[in-house]
Amino acid sequence: MKITVRVWRQANATAKGRMVSYEVPDVSEDMSFLEMLDVLNDRLTTQGEDPIAFDHDCREGICGSCGVVIDGKAHGPQQTTTCQLHMRSFSDGDVIDIEPWRAEAFPVLKDLIVDRSAFDRIIQAGGFISAPTGAAPDAHAAPIRKEDADDAFDAATCIGCGACVAACPNGSAMLFTSAKITHLGLLPQGQPERRSRVLSMVGQHDAEGFGNCTNIGECTAVCPKGIPLETISRLNRDLLGALVRGGDE
Amino acid sequence: MMSTPPTGEQRRRFGLPHRHRREPAQDFAQHHDGDATGGGTATATDSGTGTTMETSTQATGSHGSSSFRSLDADSVFEAGAPIEDKKAPHVSIEKRWDERKFNAKLVNPANRRKLSVIIVGTGLAGASAAATLGEAGYHVKSFCYQDSPRRAHSIAAQGGINAAKNYRNDGDSVYRLFYDTVKGGDFRSRESNVYRLAQVSTQIIDQCVAQGVPFAREYGGLLDNRSFGGVQVSRTFYARGQTGQQLLIGAYQALERQIAAKTVEMHTRHEMLELIVVDGRARGVVVRDMVSGEIETHLADVVVLCTGGYGNVFYLSTNAMGCNVTATWRAHRKGALFANPCYTQIHPTCIPVSGDYQSKLTLMSESLRNDGRIWVPKSGEDKRDPREIPEDERDYYLERIYPAFGNLVPRDIASRAAKNVCDEGRGVGPGGLGVYLDFADAIDRMGRKAVEAKYGNLFDMYAQITGENPYETPMRIYPAVHYTMGGLWVDYDLESSIPGLFVAGEANFSDHGANRLGASALMQGLADGYFVLPNTINDYLASGPYPKVEEDHPAVVEAVESVKGRIETLLGIQGTRTVDSFHKELGHIMWDYCGMERTEEGLCKAIGRIRELRDEFWSDVKVLGANEEINQALERAGRVADFLELGELMCIDALHRRESCGGHFRAESQTEDGEALRHDDEFAYVAAWEYGGEGKPVLHKEDLHYEYVEMKQRSYK
Amino acid sequence: MLTFVATMTLTAHQRAARSTVVLKVLMAVSGVIMILFLLAHMYGNLKAYAGAQAFNDYSHHLRTIGEPILPYGGALWVIRVVLVAAVLAHMFSAFRLWARSTRARGGVQRYHSPKAKRGVQRTYASFTLRWGGIVIILFVIFHLLQLTFGVVNPGGPADTPYGRLVAGFQVWWVVLAYTVALLAVGFHLRHGVWSALTTLGANASALARKRLNILAHVVTAIITIGFLSVPYSIVFGLVK
Repeated sequence: MKITVRVWRQANATAKGRMVSYEVPDVSEDMSFLEMLDVLNDRLTTQGEDPIAFDHDCREGICGSCGVVIDGKAHGPQQTTTCQLHMRSFSDGDVIDIEPWRAEAFPVLKDLIVDRSAFDRIIQAGGFISAPTGAAPDAHAAPIRKEDADDAFDAATCIGCGACVAACPNGSAMLFTSAKITHLGLLPQGQPERRSRVLSMVGQHDAEGFGNCTNIGECTAVCPKGIPLETISRLNRDLLGALVRGGDE
Repeated sequence: MMSTPPTGEQRRRFGLPHRHRREPAQDFAQHHDGDATGGGTATATDSGTGTTMETSTQATGSHGSSSFRSLDADSVFEAGAPIEDKKAPHVSIEKRWDERKFNAKLVNPANRRKLSVIIVGTGLAGASAAATLGEAGYHVKSFCYQDSPRRAHSIAAQGGINAAKNYRNDGDSVYRLFYDTVKGGDFRSRESNVYRLAQVSTQIIDQCVAQGVPFAREYGGLLDNRSFGGVQVSRTFYARGQTGQQLLIGAYQALERQIAAKTVEMHTRHEMLELIVVDGRARGVVVRDMVSGEIETHLADVVVLCTGGYGNVFYLSTNAMGCNVTATWRAHRKGALFANPCYTQIHPTCIPVSGDYQSKLTLMSESLRNDGRIWVPKSGEDKRDPREIPEDERDYYLERIYPAFGNLVPRDIASRAAKNVCDEGRGVGPGGLGVYLDFADAIDRMGRKAVEAKYGNLFDMYAQITGENPYETPMRIYPAVHYTMGGLWVDYDLESSIPGLFVAGEANFSDHGANRLGASALMQGLADGYFVLPNTINDYLASGPYPKVEEDHPAVVEAVESVKGRIETLLGIQGTRTVDSFHKELGHIMWDYCGMERTEEGLCKAIGRIRELRDEFWSDVKVLGANEEINQALERAGRVADFLELGELMCIDALHRRESCGGHFRAESQTEDGEALRHDDEFAYVAAWEYGGEGKPVLHKEDLHYEYVEMKQRSYK
Repeated sequence: MLTFVATMTLTAHQRAARSTVVLKVLMAVSGVIMILFLLAHMYGNLKAYAGAQAFNDYSHHLRTIGEPILPYGGALWVIRVVLVAAVLAHMFSAFRLWARSTRARGGVQRYHSPKAKRGVQRTYASFTLRWGGIVIILFVIFHLLQLTFGVVNPGGPADTPYGRLVAGFQVWWVVLAYTVALLAVGFHLRHGVWSALTTLGANASALARKRLNILAHVVTAIITIGFLSVPYSIVFGLVK
């Protein structure tokens, strides 16, 4: 099938960008979305035009590198990562709009690539359990209820792609932050630092320039891993508790 | 501090003439430390040989592929001096690791901050090593090419992680895990290392649980285990189908904690392009800031490479798109021995290729073979919908050839059998590269609900990628490159043949021999990073102090200039072919001749074609844009250039190893039943290759001794 | 903007106490106060069905709550003060967060693609929250001028609250304004009730989410229908 893409082109972080149209003939419906871009890039290169820059790596939906806004939706029409979206979701003659994640805290570096290092800094603020190597007790020392372990796992599946921020009308990273709060807060190992963790991570979230949550749920609707909105409510509860009772120190 | 005999000798092997005149960078790459200590024993590899080789390769290059028929295994490499591991203590195997830890020199905690460690790569090995060494108080600099350390490809591992916990009371033990790993590696791994791996495996699980890794649990609240990869005990810990992700996030969080504590300096979107060797020791790296294009120099007391495997030499593999060999290959060119490059693991149950545009292959868990039946039509002419093909016109070839194990034969047998039926023209799907994996019987027997409960997520994944419903029509599968057992040669301390250069994880060759057991990759990465390296690197650091290196040291300047020159060359060629087209072509050559089945003739042909392709690459590649920007084509060009060199070495290694073992199958060496046939008398050694410049690589053999496990040939009939 | 000031010098506790989550809690708590007020107010309005006497008595009664501990009208003043504080807090947090969101999302014009202006699944109510809030505050000003202070008398002056009520709703545009404002309130509540309780941590599970959404619908329905029934009863002559 034949597709037209309108792609955001921006030479670098300071340049002004614009939408540019390209035609992609011979698109197979079995191609992944990123393979369609590969084919286009191959053509552009052969014609001497700068290929479109986009982040991608594992191409199996787990590393969280890829992610673009397709027709106004983060990761496109299906609730999956961009690399797992296939061209059979589109039809011959479609015009597809492709844009980078947009948020104050995710500046565009080039074309469809944005800087998501703010996520790492949120984790640095407290998204961990302080367990020095070698100091661990036996793995069976503390049994954990299966339900808690399963819920913690569900929250821990976050791949840090940033779709939640791109979809949130407020540019909030609450779903990302709360997924980590929930993952670690549900486990007994996470309890000693639970209060200081939520205080620090929320503080960092705001310092990065992310917006606030208005509980609209767009984040969870585009999340490739379906991190539930309840995690945000849990973060709020933990934060209020921590503010009242103070941090752990 | 010379850890291995040949290192001194390697240092004399530079200054060979260069074929790629358009790559001035190479001139720099080879003169840097000719002043290193001598003491090498081999003499067969002087520059004269290199010159001879040079003329011969040029001749072949101009005469086309027919002239390569004259190539044979013995003419493509030189024999070097044998090597051995000198770090493993000579005590009984179960005491070796404790003994080594006790004898290793320690660094006073107060001095650690003054010692700097560069760690390249942030997968399981790199992230866990950086976190642990940062925690210990060293000044750590960590690098990754991704935008965040959390994205390294360890994240994609599905199955699980082995540990000899014996929580199931099913007879597991450190010795059994050791035994299974040595046997699984087809007796081509080093006993000391494997035993240590099994020993520390239990600590890994403790450590990960303490970090909050949400492993699967039972209703009693204790950890669940499953049996994996055909072993008889349940020792695999898992977190649904995302074990790699959860372990990596655990290591990543530990790393971020150290970054916050300022013990680790993180450099994301930075790619290592050269190793800096000063006075025979690894002292730093040259990296490119992938956003600004700036070429940066980072110097340290010790360098650790945790840069993963090289499966992407095949272009299509289950590796991430960015996985590459550049870091280890650059180190190899600077003198690090590359061991067993031909050992590659091919996984039988991947989703087949659907077209030329295919960029990567996706693995599906091998557990599918527990209930699915593999078949192809009896006749290659049969193009009917598989559901319409009657039973008696189907060939359930695994069940037919291996009645005892049927569809559960080991990975390499299943893979090769699929290749054979496809070669016979009976393959199914686009390009005839696929076989059916049919669940119709399982659905009849267990009911759709039960199949859904067991394999639902895999079926969904398959449907997402192929657009076919596996509940209705049989799945199509085909083997794909999955893991590379080879890598830089390291001793018991994980130190390479370049003093001060340590290598951990998939990047080294250390523990898996010729084939890797399921659920052991994660174990090795974390064992190296959390427990082994942090207890051996101190011995090297404590043996210092090493004189401070300035940025204007000739070796540093040379390394930087060589990187810049190479980039300029790549950008200056302005040819007609894209980087990907070269990569794809290389992949085809490797897959056809150095894939599941290798032959003398095929490998010779491959070597010739790779050399031609490499020449073409350096004269006709088209890389647009500039260095001073995000330039993904430039990044790929540098990686493909190194794959083009590695590919040749892999073929040479495969060619010289005239036996079949583990992931290496030589058609000439098989039993009457088509089984892999080892030749322990001739080949029970590690093939550690020394870079030969434009001449021939030099083979150093490390003989393998089995004192604790008896060598046996396997049989699955 | 205050929230964007580099906050490295603050403790983690101080940073968290100044966070958007706390502003949201302020908004949620003030919102809940206003909902409680609306329910009480609506109860009063429904007194109109009991006739002029009951309605006026109710107005008077409001001023005698708490007597003799509180002076005449004291309780009402307390309520007024709390209410004004809630309104101000609600508006303060709303405008602060609104400005922050606009910046955080990368400006007003975000995506060039016109194809998903409505998002993926968001409710219409969630779109109208901010502008709806402005409609509501404008209406509240008008409403106070008309019925509390008697400054604006579209239907002609009247001495009693009941008189002002009936007279006012004889005028078509008053009814229309009232209707528009109540619909805005309805949409505001549909998302606001759910959002407030979620912000306060009540959305603990998928089941809780379902229940909170049902609750939001019920509260919305009660308040909107309750408030609209009186003017329409006047329009259709059921209340004279």
